[in-house]
Amino acid sequence: MKKTFKLIDLDCANCAAKMETAVKKIPGVKDATVSFMAQKMTIEAEDDQFDQVVKEAVAACKKVEPDCEVVVK
Amino acid sequence: MTKRQKKNLYRILIAAVLMAILHFVPLEGAAKGVLYLIPYLVVGGDILKKAVQGIGHGQLMDENFLMAVATVGAMILGEYSEGVAVMLFYQVGELFQSYAVGKSRQSISALMDIRPDSANLEKEDGSLEEVDPENVPVGGIIVIKPGEKVPLDGLVLEGESFLDTSALTGESVPRRASAGDEVISGCINQSGLLRVRTTKEFGESTVAKILDLVENSSMKKAKAENFITRFARWYTPAVCIGALALAILPPLVLGGGFATWVFRALTFLVISCPCALVISIPLSFFGGIGGASRCGILVKGANYLEALASTGVVVFDKTGTLTRGVFQVSRVHPAQFTEEELLECAALAEIYSSHPISQSLRSAAKKPLDKSRVSQVQELAGRGVTALVDGRKVAAGNLKLMEEMGLQVSPCQECQGGTVVYVAVEGVYAGHILISDEIKPGAKEALADLKAAGVKKTVMLTGDARSVADQVAAQLGLDEVHSELLPADKVEWVEKLLAQKPKDQKLAFVGDGINDAPVLSRADLGIAMGALGSDAAIEAADVVLMDDDPAKIALAMRISRKCRRIVHQNIVFALAVKAACLVLGAVGIANMWAAIFADVGVMVLAVLNATRMLRKKV
Repeated sequence: MKKTFKLIDLDCANCAAKMETAVKKIPGVKDATVSFMAQKMTIEAEDDQFDQVVKEAVAACKKVEPDCEVVVK
Repeated sequence: MTKRQKKNLYRILIAAVLMAILHFVPLEGAAKGVLYLIPYLVVGGDILKKAVQGIGHGQLMDENFLMAVATVGAMILGEYSEGVAVMLFYQVGELFQSYAVGKSRQSISALMDIRPDSANLEKEDGSLEEVDPENVPVGGIIVIKPGEKVPLDGLVLEGESFLDTSALTGESVPRRASAGDEVISGCINQSGLLRVRTTKEFGESTVAKILDLVENSSMKKAKAENFITRFARWYTPAVCIGALALAILPPLVLGGGFATWVFRALTFLVISCPCALVISIPLSFFGGIGGASRCGILVKGANYLEALASTGVVVFDKTGTLTRGVFQVSRVHPAQFTEEELLECAALAEIYSSHPISQSLRSAAKKPLDKSRVSQVQELAGRGVTALVDGRKVAAGNLKLMEEMGLQVSPCQECQGGTVVYVAVEGVYAGHILISDEIKPGAKEALADLKAAGVKKTVMLTGDARSVADQVAAQLGLDEVHSELLPADKVEWVEKLLAQKPKDQKLAFVGDGINDAPVLSRADLGIAMGALGSDAAIEAADVVLMDDDPAKIALAMRISRKCRRIVHQNIVFALAVKAACLVLGAVGIANMWAAIFADVGVMVLAVLNATRMLRKKV
C-alpha cells in the first residue's frame, strides 16, 4: 500500500532529507519520500503492517524535526 | 505568514529591543553576561533545545548544533553581544528563508491552480445545487456557467460556448464546445451556459490526474538533489571537525591566545551551514516543473526535467506526432467492384479498429455502417485486418498483408505521399485506397528549433510505407528515417539508437501515446503529445505535452536547460562564497557579520535565483 501524508510546518529542506532517511530505515517500509516542495510524505509498505509503520514514521519525523506535524487522516 | 513565523518574528523583535537597551547598561563581567542571557534565551531558546534533543537522538552536527556551539562558545568567551547577535541574525535568516520559500512554493502552486471548487449539480426537479465536485456521480447532470471552471469531464448535452484551455495546454486560442462534444475538466467556460453529463468521477477526471501528477513530480528526485543530500551528510561533520581542529591546533602549535582561535572556529561554524544548497536546488526544480506546466508541458519528475536538458537524440513517431494524424481518403482505385463498394467493404472490415486510418475509411464511406454485417475480426499488428463481411472473407491492409496472402500486387505509381490500404475479397485482390496525412504546421520549425537547442540527431520511426516516410522525412529535414516497422521493431530500433549514442546524451522518444507505450518506457525519456484526455499517454510517458504542438519539445528543453543553469549557478555560487568566507574566517579576516552573510545572505540569494524559474520568458 502506498499513501501520502501532508506535512505542516516543514521548514527546512535538510530536515526533509533527514526525515526521509529516518522513515526509510523503519522495518516494513518499502519506500518513502519526503517532498519539501509539496510538503508531503509518501510511504509504501506492506498492507498488514501499514498502520504500525505510519505510527513509527510519525514518531521518527517528530524526532528529527519537533516543529513539523504529520497529518494522519 | 503562518502562526509560527509570526511568533518567531515577535521573539526576534523582543530580543532586538532588549539588545539595544543592554547596549546602554554600564555593566561589566559576569553581570553583563547574565543580562545578555535574557535576549539570548528569548531568541535562541528553541535552537538550544533542539540541539540538545538532537544529541539525545544521536543527531550530532546539524544546523542547530552548529549554532548552539557557536553562540554558547561566544558567550563563554565573553563576546556577549556577538553571541546574541549571531543567534538573532540566524533566526532572522531562518524566518526570511521560511517566508521566502513559503511564498515561492505558493506562487508555484498557484500556477497549477486548476482545481475546481464546486459543481452545479442539477437535481431531478431541475433546480441547481452547488456541491463538491467529488460528490457528483458519473452520469450526473451539471451546469457550467460562464466564467466557471469545468469541474468534471463530460459530454455536452445542451449549450454552446468557448472553453479556455490555457491552464491545461498553454494554448491561448479558445476551443469551441457544443452539444455532443466532450469537455475536459480544468478548462474555463468563457461565454455560454453548458449543460453537461459527467463521464467520470472527480478522482478519475483529467484535472485530478494532472494535479496528482504535478504534485507528485517532486517526489522523483533529480541527481543534483540526491548529490546535495549526500553532500550535506558528510559536509556538516567535516566542517565540525575542521572547526574543532581550528580551535585546538593553531594555539597548540603556534602558542598564544586560545580565545582568538576558538572565536575563529565559531565563525567557521556559522559560515558552513549547508542550507542554501539544500533548499535552493529542489526549489529550482519545482519552479521549473511549475513553469513548464504553465506552458502545457507536464514533467513527471525532477529527474526527467534534468534528463531533458541533456537530450541528444530525439526519436519521433510519425503519425499524430509530426503529421496531424487526420487521414483522408484521397483516391480509390478499384480492381473489381465500384468505388463505393470497395470503400464500404474496407470500412466494414475495419469497423472495430481505432486506428486513424480506419476512422478515415469509415468517415469516407458516407453510409451508415451496420456492425452486424461483420464478424470474426482479426487485427494483425503492422499489417492490417481480416474480417468476415456479409459472409465474404475480406482482408484490408498494407502490401505485406497481400504478400502473406500470396497475392501479387504492384505498388500504384499514382498513389504516393500517403498510406495505401490494399483490399482483397475472398483471396482475390479487389483494389486499393489512398489515404494521406498532412504534416503538422510548425513541425519543420520545431525540428529546426530542436537542432538549435542542441539536439544532435533526429530520427523518425514509422509503420508506414517507405515512400510516405521518406517524403515526410525529406520535407521536415530529419536525419534518419526507418519505415515499415512493426511495434516490436520500433522498440528494437530505439534500443539500437540507445546503444549508438554517446553516454552523456539522452534519448527521447516522442509519440502520441497510442500503441507506443513500450517504446515510451524503453527510451531514456518518453514524451507523449496531444495527451489532453488520454489517460494511457499520461500513464506511460515521463513528459506529457497537453496539446499536440511539436514546438513544445524544444520549449521543454529550453526550460530544463535554464533550470539546470540555475541549479549549477546556485551550487557554484554557494560553495564559492562559503569556501572564500571559510578561508577568510580561518585566518581571522572575516568576522561574525561576514559569517552571517555567508550563511543567510547566500541562502536568500540562492532562493531568489531559483524563483527566476517562474518567469515566463525562457
